[in-house]
Amino acid sequence: MTTLTGIGVGRGVAVGPVRRMADPLPEPPTTSSTLGPDAEKERVTHALAATAEDILARAGKAGGKAGEVLEAQAMMVDDPTLRTDIDTRIDKGATAERAVYDAFAVFIEMLKGLGEYMQGRVSDLEDLSQRSIAKLLGVAPPAVPDSDEPFVLVARDLAPADTALLDITRVLAIITAEGSKSTHTAILAGEKGIPAVVGMPDAAGIADGATVIVDAGTGQVEVDPSADAVAAAEKRIAERATRAQTSGPGALADGTAVPLLANLGSAKGVEAAVEAGAEGVGLFRTEFLFLDSTSAPTVEAQKAAYSAVLAGFPGKKVVVRALDAGADKPLAFLNDAEEENPALGLRGIRSLRASEPILRDQLTALAQAQNENEADVWVMAPMIATVDETRYFTGLAKELGLKTAGVMIEVPAAALLADRILAVTDFASIGTNDLTQYTMAADRMLGSVASFQDPWHPAVLKLVGEIGTAGTALSKPVGVCGEAAADPKLAVVLVGLGVTTLSMSAPAIADVRDELARWTLAGARDAAQKALAAEDAAGARAAVDALDPA
Amino acid sequence: MSERTVVVASSHGLHARPAALFTQTAAKSGVAVTIKKGDRTVDASSILGVISLGIDHDDEVLLTAEGEGAEEALDALEALLQTDHDA
Repeated sequence: MTTLTGIGVGRGVAVGPVRRMADPLPEPPTTSSTLGPDAEKERVTHALAATAEDILARAGKAGGKAGEVLEAQAMMVDDPTLRTDIDTRIDKGATAERAVYDAFAVFIEMLKGLGEYMQGRVSDLEDLSQRSIAKLLGVAPPAVPDSDEPFVLVARDLAPADTALLDITRVLAIITAEGSKSTHTAILAGEKGIPAVVGMPDAAGIADGATVIVDAGTGQVEVDPSADAVAAAEKRIAERATRAQTSGPGALADGTAVPLLANLGSAKGVEAAVEAGAEGVGLFRTEFLFLDSTSAPTVEAQKAAYSAVLAGFPGKKVVVRALDAGADKPLAFLNDAEEENPALGLRGIRSLRASEPILRDQLTALAQAQNENEADVWVMAPMIATVDETRYFTGLAKELGLKTAGVMIEVPAAALLADRILAVTDFASIGTNDLTQYTMAADRMLGSVASFQDPWHPAVLKLVGEIGTAGTALSKPVGVCGEAAADPKLAVVLVGLGVTTLSMSAPAIADVRDELARWTLAGARDAAQKALAAEDAAGARAAVDALDPA
Repeated sequence: MSERTVVVASSHGLHARPAALFTQTAAKSGVAVTIKKGDRTVDASSILGVISLGIDHDDEVLLTAEGEGAEEALDALEALLQTDHDA
C-alpha cells in the first residue's frame, strides 16, 4: 500500500480500478526508413484509412453537430495535400511515422500562426496526428479510456476535448498529475460531484488496473490498499451517500443563517440544485444562450430561457449574471478584436457597455421574466472595476425594471473600494477564481502558474475581508460564487470575513452545510483572522485545520 | 482557365464545417480547383489547405479552375461561399 498526496477537489471518497489515459506518444525518431518508400507509403495508406474509419464510427455514434465536426476531422486525415506532403517526405527517406508527424506539424504551425481563435483546430490536428501515429505503431492512441466498468481515471491532465468525450457516469474519481483547483478538470469534477485529486506528479507511477482509494477531502490516494482499508472506504462512501440526502437551510452552530445557493449554467441544473437543498441560485450564468450563436438571441427567446430557471425557485432568490464574455469565452458579436491579454481586455461589463443594445435586451428580457415568475430576481454585472461602472449598471438595470441590481467583484480595484461601490448598488458577489487570478497576476488557464491560483492566499482573503467589512457597515449582502465557496473550511473563513451567502455547484452543498454547522460566528471570525495572518495559502489552510471549531 | 473573385459571406469564415462543405464540393466536381487568399494558393479540395488560409467573413478569395466543367465547378463553389452557413 502506498499513499500519494495531491490537491483534493471536493470531499468525496471513491474506490475502484484505475484506467489510465495514455500519455502523448514520443516524437518519432528522424532515422531513415529501412523498409523503403513503397512499403512506408502502404503503411500510411492503411493507418490513415483506419484512423478515418475510427473517427467516422464515432461521428455516427455522436450524430448532430458533434457528428459533423468529427466528419470534418475524418476529411482532414484523408486530405490530399497532407498525403502529398507525407509521400514527398517518405521519398526523401523518412519513416511513415516521422513523415506523418512532420506533415501534420506543418499545418499545426500554420494554424498557430493564425492566432488564438484557431486553437480548437490546432488541438484537433494534434489529436489526429497522435491517432494516426498510434495506428502506425499499433498502440492505443492517447485518448479517454472506454470501459464498461466504473473506473478511476488517471491522466496527465484533461483537456476540454477529452472531457467532452468522457462518459462521466462511469468515472468514479479523477486523478491528474498536473492542474490546480481552478483548472478545467477540477471545475468539471466539482460540477459533477466527482471526487478528484489534481496536481499530483506521482500519478504518473500508478499502474493501469491497480485498485486505488481516492479521498478528495485530504487530497490523498492509496494505491493497492488492504482489504480493511477498502472496507473502511466503502463504509465512508455509504455514510456520505445517506448524509448527502439531509437538507435544510445553511446555518452556523449558533444559528447564524448562511444561505447556501447553487451555481447554474442553464435550466438543466435546476432539478439537481433543488434536490441538493439549494436555497436559491447565487450565480446563474447566461453565456449558454449566447455562446453557440453568431448574434445575440431575441428578447423573447431570452425571456423563455430565464423563465425556465426562475420557475424552479418560486419565492427564492435567483442571482442572474449579465453576459460575461471575453477572455476564456470570446463572443464575436461583442468583441472580435484580437487582444494580447484577453483577461485584461474588453470583457465583462466593459464589453457590455460598449455594446449597450445587447445589455439592454438582456436586462429587458430578464425584467419581463421577473414579472412573470415568483422567484426573487437579482441581477449583477460581471468584472466591475470602478464605482462609475457600478453606477452605470445599477442605474440601467433599475431603469429597465429590475428590482435588485448589484455587481460582481473580481477585480482587486473594486475590492479595495468596496465601500464606495456598495454605496451605489444593492449587493456584491465575489468571484474568487478571477479575484485570485488578478490578485496573484497568474493566468488561471496557464498550467505553469497553477500553484498561484489558490483562493486560500491571505492576499486574496484580505481583499474578501475588505468587501465583507464594507457590506457589514452598509448592511448590504455580500455573496461568494467562486469555487472557494465549495471548499468547506474556506467557506467558514469566508463567513468569518463578513460574507453572508455562499453559492457553489450543487454537489458541494451538503459538505459545506455540514462544516458550517460545526462553527459559531465567533469561531469563524477567529478562523478568518488566523488565515489572514498566514504568509501563504498553505499556511492559511494549516492554521485553520489546526483549530477546533465550536 | 476560369477565375472568380468571391467575397466570403459565412459569418464564421471558412474554419470548420463550412470549410468541410466547400472542400467536399470541390472534390466532387472532379475539376482541379485552387483557392487563393493573399499570396497563398491551395488545392480547393484540401480541407487542411483551406483552413490554413484563415479565411474570415468578408475576405476576398480567388478561385481558379481549368478544363472541362471548370465554369460549372466555379458556379457551385461561388454560390457556396456567398451563403452564410452560420446564420
